[in-house]
Amino acid sequence: MIYINGLANISPQPAFNNKEFLTDIRQYKTNMLQCIEPDYSHFFHPNALRRIGRVLKLGWAGAKSCLDDAGIQTPDTICVGTGKGCFKNTHVFLNSVIENDEKFVPPSPFIQSAHGSIASQIAIQTGCKNYNMTYSHRAFSFESALIDAMMLLSEGKYKNVLVGGVDEIEEIQFRTFDRIGHFKNPETNNLSLFTEKSKGTIAGEGSAFFFLENHPTEKTYAGIRSVHTFSNPKGRIEIEKQIENFLNHENLTLKDLDLVILGINGDSDFDWIYYDLMKSIFSENNHAYYKHLCGEYHTSSAFALWLATKILHLQEVPEIIQLKNNVTKPVRNILIYNHYRDMNHSLILLTDPKE
Amino acid sequence: MNTKKNKVFVTGMGIISSLGIGIHQNLERLIEGRSRIGAIRHLKTRLSNELIAGEVPLSNKELIPLSGINDAKGISRAALLGIIAAREATKNTDFNDSNVRTGIISGTTAESMTNIELYLQDFLNNDSRNEYIESQDWGYSTEVIAKELGIFGYQTTINTACSSAANAIMTGARMVKHNMLDRVLVGGTDALSKVMLNGFHALMIVDPQISKPFDKNRRGLNLGEGAAFLMIESDKVAEEKNIICELSGYGNSNDAYHLTALSPDGKGAAMAMMNAIEGSGLNPKKIDYINAHGTGSENNDLSEALGIEKVFGKNIPKFSSTKPFTGHTLGSSGALEAVFSILSLQKNLVFPNLNFKNSMDEVDVTPEKDLVRSMKINNVLSNSFGFGGNNTSLLFLKTES
Repeated sequence: MIYINGLANISPQPAFNNKEFLTDIRQYKTNMLQCIEPDYSHFFHPNALRRIGRVLKLGWAGAKSCLDDAGIQTPDTICVGTGKGCFKNTHVFLNSVIENDEKFVPPSPFIQSAHGSIASQIAIQTGCKNYNMTYSHRAFSFESALIDAMMLLSEGKYKNVLVGGVDEIEEIQFRTFDRIGHFKNPETNNLSLFTEKSKGTIAGEGSAFFFLENHPTEKTYAGIRSVHTFSNPKGRIEIEKQIENFLNHENLTLKDLDLVILGINGDSDFDWIYYDLMKSIFSENNHAYYKHLCGEYHTSSAFALWLATKILHLQEVPEIIQLKNNVTKPVRNILIYNHYRDMNHSLILLTDPKE
Repeated sequence: MNTKKNKVFVTGMGIISSLGIGIHQNLERLIEGRSRIGAIRHLKTRLSNELIAGEVPLSNKELIPLSGINDAKGISRAALLGIIAAREATKNTDFNDSNVRTGIISGTTAESMTNIELYLQDFLNNDSRNEYIESQDWGYSTEVIAKELGIFGYQTTINTACSSAANAIMTGARMVKHNMLDRVLVGGTDALSKVMLNGFHALMIVDPQISKPFDKNRRGLNLGEGAAFLMIESDKVAEEKNIICELSGYGNSNDAYHLTALSPDGKGAAMAMMNAIEGSGLNPKKIDYINAHGTGSENNDLSEALGIEKVFGKNIPKFSSTKPFTGHTLGSSGALEAVFSILSLQKNLVFPNLNFKNSMDEVDVTPEKDLVRSMKINNVLSNSFGFGGNNTSLLFLKTES
């Protein structure tokens, strides 16, 4: 087991200061939810503030707040997951290449177009010269970073890992993927995402960071027991088998799960998987969902991990995420199950650190 | 005593680059000592008037039948290159044994650019190119390769710029050591793109002629494209007859210096190399050959040379950069050069650092400018350094037969 000893979450909901826990819920009348951003002047020198792209700001503000929460200046290692990375700057640069007909193209957006610059930026700001990694594989991006963090902590060479899931939604990506039906038409209200059965979801973004160590501290919020990913399963039976094997491996059964957080996103083409499982293997469990709060994006499981961590820590399941309103306290084990378009499936198992 | 215990072995490899298709062609041309960097024929770019590159000498139309893919709808060039290299790397692999946990970890950085730069206006304005939209995600080529080969286990993609594939190889080895996988296809793929060509050109680090790594008068890098994969396996599943070499060490560090430049003191480069050597349990004095990152850029080559000096002092092993053969293939360069490093081990060859004439003033290191056939090579260190100060070194070790 590894321990979450610091956290921060920038999302479309006011969660950033880590004090309130989903008490003031934002409703959006758009299909593109954007983060409530902190005052970046607390995080950057005024010169840097002008130069640095939005996703790098989101990344560093999330990372710095997490380190502050953990009371740490320089982490030992950094692992970031990002599905879309610095895509926006790539588009900006490409447009300028086209507009200038490949002559005298200004390089600054290109400099910030490498996905690894989110993790590099954190390394530069904190002076962390050790292990630095960036995963970018759709809805496996954050999970891969977590799996790497678990390996790093068990290898023993480094004491701690700063892990983050960072993604930015921007107009060009939204319009492009909207064209092939990834988002709902017409626009909907995020809080009524699950009442209408229609195709597509709503887009979102976020920057959630976790400070991980292999021992508990006074600050410990929760323990991560295991993370697992699998691809393109052949129907419900195989998914059930994957989940049961995953729990068996941790000497747990479905009965031990006090809460299952599901990645339901309102897309009738894909949500049937969750609804089928709620009727089959999860029929006795309590269910929660979260994408009406943050939207769908490749690293949304980082938002779910923040949510599960707070639930374990505060022993409180906010009403806004409850699907079945009978959560019996105490909450000891939480399973997060998410999938992206039935291609990338992931499981994250959390435990009350006192258990 | 079981000498294989908890080791990671390379049991297959495949490559496609400007040097050609497959291990055999690439090896022949490395020995021949002639660069295959030249006029840009397949990528449509105004810069083809002024720049050269290491293009794979085939169009997408010609690559499709070679890849053996059934459904090429919406495919990217990087995915096609990747499938071709991956098939060669797995030609001895039996995918039917479902008890062997098999994964794929690929590194890519330009992945989706080739389709976006052709079709972005269509994506935004009409439905004519909708089949290409999903190739914009970085995991796309990895998923296509996994599907084509029938790899159902763990899959992920790393994007740490020019060290992406080296990091993919390292991560695969770690997952095998942690007993999370029995075998994993590791490597990377990148296709030449207008975005990258213009980006590096705008940074003024592209040499209009073939690059001269580690030369005092070096003027920059050439871009290239290609894919390479290694099949790596645990001691439990690797069959003796397939074992090519051991992947015995790996190191990763970050310069924490600048988003595009390496730290000028070479400390990050040195740390990555030291970590790889220490992880192998070797003394730096025992290193036989370094396949350097050696892009030909002012910044990289000086940092790397300083890093080499820091690690090896006066006992600098033979080293060379093979980038003047292939160009810098960015996200996949670490995989191409891992293959070249393993060929050095297998054939006891140091491939020449083409175009080298004069040593740098700042450091006392000189690469091998001619093919060396006279020495026994027991191990090779392969360096990959990238944007954002991401440094990775891999160490390949000969296995005693």
